[in-house]
Amino acid sequence: MLTGPALRSRLRGSLRSLLALALLRNSWRQLTSMRTALVLLFLLAVAAIPGSVLPQRNVDAAAVGRYFAAHPSLAPVLDRLWFFDVFASPWFSAIYLLLFTSLAGCLIPRLRDHIRALRAVPPDAPQRLDRLPFHAVLSGGDAASLSAALRRRRWRVAVRGQTVAAEKGYVKETGNLLFHFALVGVLVGVALGSWYGWHANRLLVAGPDGAFCNTIQQYDEYGMGARVDSAQLPRFCLELTDFQASYLDSGQPTSYRASAVVSSPSGVSRPADFSVNSPLRLPGANVYLLGHGYAPVIRYTDRSGQAQTAVTPFPPSDGMLTSEGVVTFPDANRNVGGDTKLQVGFQGLYLPTASSPPFVRSSHPTEQAPMLMLFAYRGDLGIDAGIPKSVYTLDTSRMTPVGQGVLRVGESMTLDDGTRVEFLGTRQFVSLSIRHDPGERIVLVSVAVLLVGLLGSLTGRRRRVWFRVLPSGEVEAGGLARGDYPGFGADFARLVEGVRDVRSV
Amino acid sequence: MSALSDQLLVATILTYLAAMVCYASVYTLDRALVGAGAPVPAAPAASGGSRAAELAGRAALVATVVGVAAHLATLVTRGLAAGRVPWGNMYEFVLAVTFVGAVAWLVLVVRRPEVRRLGLYVSLTLMLLLGVAGLLLYTAVSPLVPALNSYWLVIHVTAAVLATGIFLVGFVVAAMYLVRNAHERDANKFAFAARLPRADVLEPLAFRLHTVAFPIWTFAVAAGAIWAEAAWGRYWGWDPKEIWAFISWVVYAGYLHARATPSVRRTVATWIAIVGWLTMLMNLFGVNIFFVGFHSYAGV
Repeated sequence: MLTGPALRSRLRGSLRSLLALALLRNSWRQLTSMRTALVLLFLLAVAAIPGSVLPQRNVDAAAVGRYFAAHPSLAPVLDRLWFFDVFASPWFSAIYLLLFTSLAGCLIPRLRDHIRALRAVPPDAPQRLDRLPFHAVLSGGDAASLSAALRRRRWRVAVRGQTVAAEKGYVKETGNLLFHFALVGVLVGVALGSWYGWHANRLLVAGPDGAFCNTIQQYDEYGMGARVDSAQLPRFCLELTDFQASYLDSGQPTSYRASAVVSSPSGVSRPADFSVNSPLRLPGANVYLLGHGYAPVIRYTDRSGQAQTAVTPFPPSDGMLTSEGVVTFPDANRNVGGDTKLQVGFQGLYLPTASSPPFVRSSHPTEQAPMLMLFAYRGDLGIDAGIPKSVYTLDTSRMTPVGQGVLRVGESMTLDDGTRVEFLGTRQFVSLSIRHDPGERIVLVSVAVLLVGLLGSLTGRRRRVWFRVLPSGEVEAGGLARGDYPGFGADFARLVEGVRDVRSV
Repeated sequence: MSALSDQLLVATILTYLAAMVCYASVYTLDRALVGAGAPVPAAPAASGGSRAAELAGRAALVATVVGVAAHLATLVTRGLAAGRVPWGNMYEFVLAVTFVGAVAWLVLVVRRPEVRRLGLYVSLTLMLLLGVAGLLLYTAVSPLVPALNSYWLVIHVTAAVLATGIFLVGFVVAAMYLVRNAHERDANKFAFAARLPRADVLEPLAFRLHTVAFPIWTFAVAAGAIWAEAAWGRYWGWDPKEIWAFISWVVYAGYLHARATPSVRRTVATWIAIVGWLTMLMNLFGVNIFFVGFHSYAGV
């Protein structure tokens, strides 16, 4: 037996759970309503805008760095709000996840209803066909021939005594459902791609000594999906044997072609060509040609007479392949300096075609008058401290400038301490993106289904017609469009005309 | 051949201007409909308005046909000069989009003569876009950069051109529906709208045009993604152009959904379509001019 207060508290408890349930049900209804879906669609569009206005890390991390430098007070705030990673941000994800939840809540009941509708027979004719929006009287006919004529026109037909009921246009809802389920398929494909996909970038200099193998240690930068075991990347090695580019006189490129040798773990090597728009497709990875440039070959002879050669890719800074880079010799003068470091580094500017002073820009991307400008530094390169450094900048804080010069191919210059640096020539290099995305195929198939569904959904028109053979021998016809179908009148008239012809044959 | 194309562009713009003048004179000549409370026929052209107006209407149509022919010649000579499809840069893209818009308009006016009066606004829009293309975006003929040199250029860009051209006409019809609808509610507003086709003619037409363009746009984005996979290694990378194509797609999808929802008013739905066109313009001009991305080439 419950006493007053206990009863009250239990009642209050169950009331509370009822309220919670009602609230839950209402929120669910609200979420799956079309209005909410529209608001979420609109939000999705608006939320994407900052992704195009602000630099994005996944697109151009360097641009984000420049933005930080230009807006030192604003950038950290924006960063905390994920504005530099819009498409991975919690708020963007929240919008599309809510949208897809709303979609699922709407789709599943509709799928159930549609399956039911597909299995149902067209409903019986209403009492008075003349009350329908479209109505006609034919001079004669019988149920069997009418139903045959309708079936030939791919209507779904049910004959009940002297009435024929027919329905058509299920493709509208079928297409609609296909479209929306395909959207879910796209999302699944994208998710799989981000879990099981990986990508890596690498500069590859032509020649056997430039070759690399597909392990993350050999990549300049990489991104592994959450479920990718980086030790299990497909095994292959790639050597760039040649790179051909052709240009117009204006310097505009017209074609690129990279020739490579691919070796598999079984020891089989085969030549393979690839270019922009036609990647090298290997099992488990694709290799894309993103860019190219020149890698000057420099020989430095240090105080002990030890000569070392460096082949260093210089990233191009414009379309004419004006290229800047840094060449370092960390092992130079190792035996002569004692405790003081006498490492050597050069800042360089390479112009494939240096045609006129002041020689700061190349005037054509081909090597018509190559020229290398070098600024030499000696001291501590600062790379032994274990702190990661960009290979494209020289930290000169603990180095002193020891000379500069302009070299043509084969020329050399002597630094202040009598050591010599020679410009031996250049080699081509390419920048590659190596990628694998297992979700691609799912996305592709989903998008194909999506398009088919969309066409069905936009062109399909659900409509019903009924024919009734009257005791007088006349046939009465009525038609009803379900949903928006402005042209149904003409369609109905054509149908009535058509079945009349069939009867007379 | 390239210079011929440039001259033909001027001829095209002038012919569209002539068409516009003719369309405009229909408005001033046709006084039969101006009287307050006069019934608004669904097909004003056939309603026996003044004879001069009828003549001006025909002249407008003829001028449009001549304009489309000159426009086609502009594109063809440009393509011959470049030795490729004439939509390899922004200037050519706008040329092609307006051509599709003009053809879509002709098809529309032949099939639905009652909307002929919209010609003034269609030709105005075409002229504005062509003027911008000729004055601001003009690029000398040049071959394609390697990244663009692919048969996907034909597939992806042709679809984008088709969709954009049809969206363009859809936008004009949608905008005129909003004007006309406001006028029908309050006759003091937009007096010129008295001569426009009825709102209940314009609204379904705007919807119809968008339902044609939307699947083509979807295909264009999908084809672009397939091409991007081959050229850049990823099918979708949130490049500014991709972002705005996505935004347009979402907005137009919103329009189609709003249109199919009985509780959403038709004016509200149509406004979404207008926003959709604004996002298309942003993608066409804004993205190429303000943002740096993979889709920047040929100067812009």
